[in-house]
Amino acid sequence: MKIELVNIHKRYGAVVANEGVNLTIAAGEIRGLLGENGAGKTTLMRILSGYTFADAGRILLDGVEHHPSSPADAIRVGVGMLHQDPMDVPQLSVLDNFGLGQSGGLYRRRRPMLASLEHLCQRFGFKLDPEAVVGSLTVGERQQLELARLLALGARTIILDEPTTGISAPQKALLFDALKHLAQEGLSVVFVSHKLDEVQSLCDSVTVLRKGRNVGELEAPFDADGLVHLMFGQQLPAGARPVVPIDGGALEVRQLSVRDHRLSLDGVDLHVRRGEVLGLAGLEGSGQQLLMQAIAGIVRPRAGSILLGTEDLAGRPYGAFRDRGVALVPAARLEEGMIPGLSLREHFALCHHCGHGLVLDWPAADSLTREQIAAFHIVGQPLTAVDKLSGGNQQRALLALLPAELTVLLLEHPTRGLDVSSAQWIWSNLLARRERGTALIFTSTDLDELLQYSDRIMVFSGGRVSAPVDAPTVTVQELGYLIGGRGL
Amino acid sequence: MKRSGVTQLALMLSPVVVTLLFATLILLAAGANPLEAFGNILAGAFGSAKKWGDIAVVMVPLALCAAGMLVTFAAGLWNIGVEGQIVAGALAATWVALGVQGPPWLILPLTLLAGAAGGAVLGVVIGALRTWGRVNEIFAGLGMNFVMVALTNYLIFGPWRPPDGATMSGTEPFPLAARMPMIGSSRASLVSIGLAVAALFIVYFLLRDTHWGLRLKAIGLNSAAAARMGINTHREMIVAFVVCGLMAGIAGSLQTTAVYFRLIPQVSGGYGYLSQLVVLLSGLRAVAVPLIVFFFGAVQVGSPRLELRMQLDSSLGGILQASMVLFFFLIKGWRQRLADRKERNA
Amino acid sequence: MLDPLVIATLQSVVASASPLIFAGIGETLTERVGIVNLSLDGTILLSAMAGFAAAYLGNSLLLGFFVAAVVGALVALVVALSSIVLKQDQVAIGFVLTLLCADLSSFIGLPYVRIPGPSVPYMPLGVLASIPVLGEVFFRQNLVVYASYVTVFLAWGWLSLTRPGLRLRSVGERPEAAFARGIAVNRLRYTYAAIGGALVGIAGASYSLSVKLGWSHRHTSGMGWIALAIVIFGGWSPFRVALGAYLFGALKSLGSILQPSYPNVPTQVFQAAPFALMVVALLVVGGGAAWVERYVPAKLQRGILALIGGSPPAALGKRFEQL
Repeated sequence: MKIELVNIHKRYGAVVANEGVNLTIAAGEIRGLLGENGAGKTTLMRILSGYTFADAGRILLDGVEHHPSSPADAIRVGVGMLHQDPMDVPQLSVLDNFGLGQSGGLYRRRRPMLASLEHLCQRFGFKLDPEAVVGSLTVGERQQLELARLLALGARTIILDEPTTGISAPQKALLFDALKHLAQEGLSVVFVSHKLDEVQSLCDSVTVLRKGRNVGELEAPFDADGLVHLMFGQQLPAGARPVVPIDGGALEVRQLSVRDHRLSLDGVDLHVRRGEVLGLAGLEGSGQQLLMQAIAGIVRPRAGSILLGTEDLAGRPYGAFRDRGVALVPAARLEEGMIPGLSLREHFALCHHCGHGLVLDWPAADSLTREQIAAFHIVGQPLTAVDKLSGGNQQRALLALLPAELTVLLLEHPTRGLDVSSAQWIWSNLLARRERGTALIFTSTDLDELLQYSDRIMVFSGGRVSAPVDAPTVTVQELGYLIGGRGL
Repeated sequence: MKRSGVTQLALMLSPVVVTLLFATLILLAAGANPLEAFGNILAGAFGSAKKWGDIAVVMVPLALCAAGMLVTFAAGLWNIGVEGQIVAGALAATWVALGVQGPPWLILPLTLLAGAAGGAVLGVVIGALRTWGRVNEIFAGLGMNFVMVALTNYLIFGPWRPPDGATMSGTEPFPLAARMPMIGSSRASLVSIGLAVAALFIVYFLLRDTHWGLRLKAIGLNSAAAARMGINTHREMIVAFVVCGLMAGIAGSLQTTAVYFRLIPQVSGGYGYLSQLVVLLSGLRAVAVPLIVFFFGAVQVGSPRLELRMQLDSSLGGILQASMVLFFFLIKGWRQRLADRKERNA
Repeated sequence: MLDPLVIATLQSVVASASPLIFAGIGETLTERVGIVNLSLDGTILLSAMAGFAAAYLGNSLLLGFFVAAVVGALVALVVALSSIVLKQDQVAIGFVLTLLCADLSSFIGLPYVRIPGPSVPYMPLGVLASIPVLGEVFFRQNLVVYASYVTVFLAWGWLSLTRPGLRLRSVGERPEAAFARGIAVNRLRYTYAAIGGALVGIAGASYSLSVKLGWSHRHTSGMGWIALAIVIFGGWSPFRVALGAYLFGALKSLGSILQPSYPNVPTQVFQAAPFALMVVALLVVGGGAAWVERYVPAKLQRGILALIGGSPPAALGKRFEQL
């Protein structure tokens, strides 16, 4: 299907998401849509797929003008979107999710549905158990299901939004093969990403968005530097990593066993020194978060010890961990890290106990907040509610709320959703802590980030953990293999 | 957006107007004269000087429980069990009044302490059921309410029945030493009023200016993050239930020692549920509570006259009170909707 | 052959449980679509009164049940509208409506207190009624009780076997995904709130016209709260909810049966028992299930949790915004 987006405008209040964007995609083409966070890629695709409306502009599909009023409307005219977090119902089965939304009579006829699902799975080499509860599937499998569903509904355009975050290498290969096949059959594919290498390997052409505008289009083969230049406007200097003398042990983990309802992690051994940065790599849900939560005292381990100095904290209550300088910064900032509805000042008052005994000292809290706002370059006022801050500022606030000196700082995806300059600022702050002796442990799905900042990297795959590898000497390919499960 | 004082007043009063319209419709449907009905309520509430004392009597438990519930609501908890906490306080106070001999300056403070303790104990029960038993506090509270009522009936018709036989009037009247002093010839007690006012001030101060109050607010807004920040959510929630229980328990003890001078079957009089309405209507702001409590009190005192003069059920009072809260919410939502629409079209 | 007294007791249990079944199943549907209707206790009172009054005035049982259903549906729609359109908290609105409807029932119902009125006639089902034990207990009842059986099966079938039922479930679990599939989320919420409310209304009428005939002040004493607890206890699943309803019905009936045999036990114990049991039941499925998840080995867990586990629909009480 040929897609033409003509002069699309969209704002959210004062924020311009798309400004006069023109985009044309031919049938059978795989188009990459590149841009940094906030460039407008997702908004543009949500408009095309009926999730939201453009303020101005036109959409033409095969030359006919359309105004998809909802996602269901869009799929009816052949446009389907695969979200980063697929829009499925985790509590229902694979087959139920496949059939949900398809029209038909009162009774759900299983056999035709099963046959249809089977057929599509075979076509692309997907392996899906129709009775499995979707909540138990991996992200890659949920994507496959969603893709099958959209195709069953007659999609002739598939939009994929950052599909490769959190899926395994084999799943990625399967997905790319499927997309290439679909393109050969005349479907058009839009591949929204910020990952240059994937775009290079998959796409026929690329459109780059920056600050809501279409700033350039290139055909394969692509020049990586050229793409980066279009995306960011200048070459990014790679952050230099200072060599910090690492001395003394900060944390030791022996034979740790942790379990949650989906995963179990057994026999983990770990030794982290003061000032060391340990990166945890692997697909999401492979155990990194579980391990970090155990080290932070949020989850109780089933066996093993967690030693800070000579003290074994395993099994102790959460407060004991906090008292000894262990802190975790969660990825879900507003759900787990801060209290939406309370102001910055109230957060500092809570964390730093301003005032004596029972009574709060508001002026003291106020001045402390102002100090921290300045020190951490937070765009906000003491009375600003934290849910009104941008993602980057929320992350800065989370870091500002931490005690000044920590033994071990654990971070879940510290720069997720942040633009490049915010991410760099966060890291400079973290590295400053490291120079004061704090051990850092962080998870990330960005291999570049892992390689750039870690001293050592441990790879997680399905509950198994690799021995730590030295970051300066490992290559991206080796890491990729480890993440794929080989060599563990 | 700045509004003139008049417009603001009109907006605040709109739920009242709609409530009156609604009640008018109901009355007409029941074949009664609305004006006569409203007039009777007013006359019932303000008809004589003595009535002011009666209103004060009703305002006291409402204010105490509302103060207590501001605390539990701050922590995001629906303490419907406050009704049972009142009864628990009343039972404890009755136990002291009927069982302990002594001068008033000993007995009366003891009844207050016992009442507070009774309410607090029930608070611990409800809190424990909520935090460790994962039982929603609405059901835990309700269950306890019914159990407390049954317990009251048992005691009144059993171990605590008057010597000449059990009746629906309750236990034997308390000895003089266990009765709170009244103001003049009215039914109001200075101690009760003082305690109610103190409770409101204390709660206002607790929630606004203490660490504990801020911690409660954090728990109410996001208990998961609050736990991560090191707040002991289980303990603070139980403490919130206990604080509410202290105040509700005192209200219960005052019901026996300052109002009825005995334990009666309906000792809590539905004040627990009614104070929930008060707190909801106040938008969780302590400053709004006194006025609302006064209005609700006046309606409570005035409504029985409907039964005497017009053969109407006094539950019209309850209808006025509950629909006021309902329309308050509906109008608030409607205005927000209009404001959102305006912002979107801007 | 069972003692006729036992049979009579069981019959009474089944009959007195039927209103709880209607209310429990109705609220299950409403909650499965994502709405909490806390006003059940008040709605049951109001619809019991309205149903009785309508049946009495119009001399028609059918009219009584119809009016009761309409009343129930209307109250539920107020909750739904307040939540969806006006964005108010469902629990707050539901609670206020509980009190309001209870007071309305007392006020409007005053003329009908203790007036004898129509009642649903006894209707044994021929052949089925002669089956020993089961037949005697279940098929020597009245039409309303038979309707309660049908309701349970219909609800189960609807939820598990039909397309509309699947849509219902998806709305309660993840409305964004349902919306992405062309399902009219809010329209379904109104629909099932109304249907659930209508069933609650029928529950009210079954009190005043079948189980506890007539009308009086606070006639149904707390049954609405029990119904809400039964939904949780039953894991939002029709058959388990029905089981819960029979359990509570049994407890209520046992009170009047056992009392004569145990005269020393105060009546209040039997009065309070259903509500104490309510708390215990919730403790089992709440804290108990959590305890099982933590300490019982995984293999045994599944069986036990099928009986006492069960989590609420993920989107229960949450609003859905279409951007």
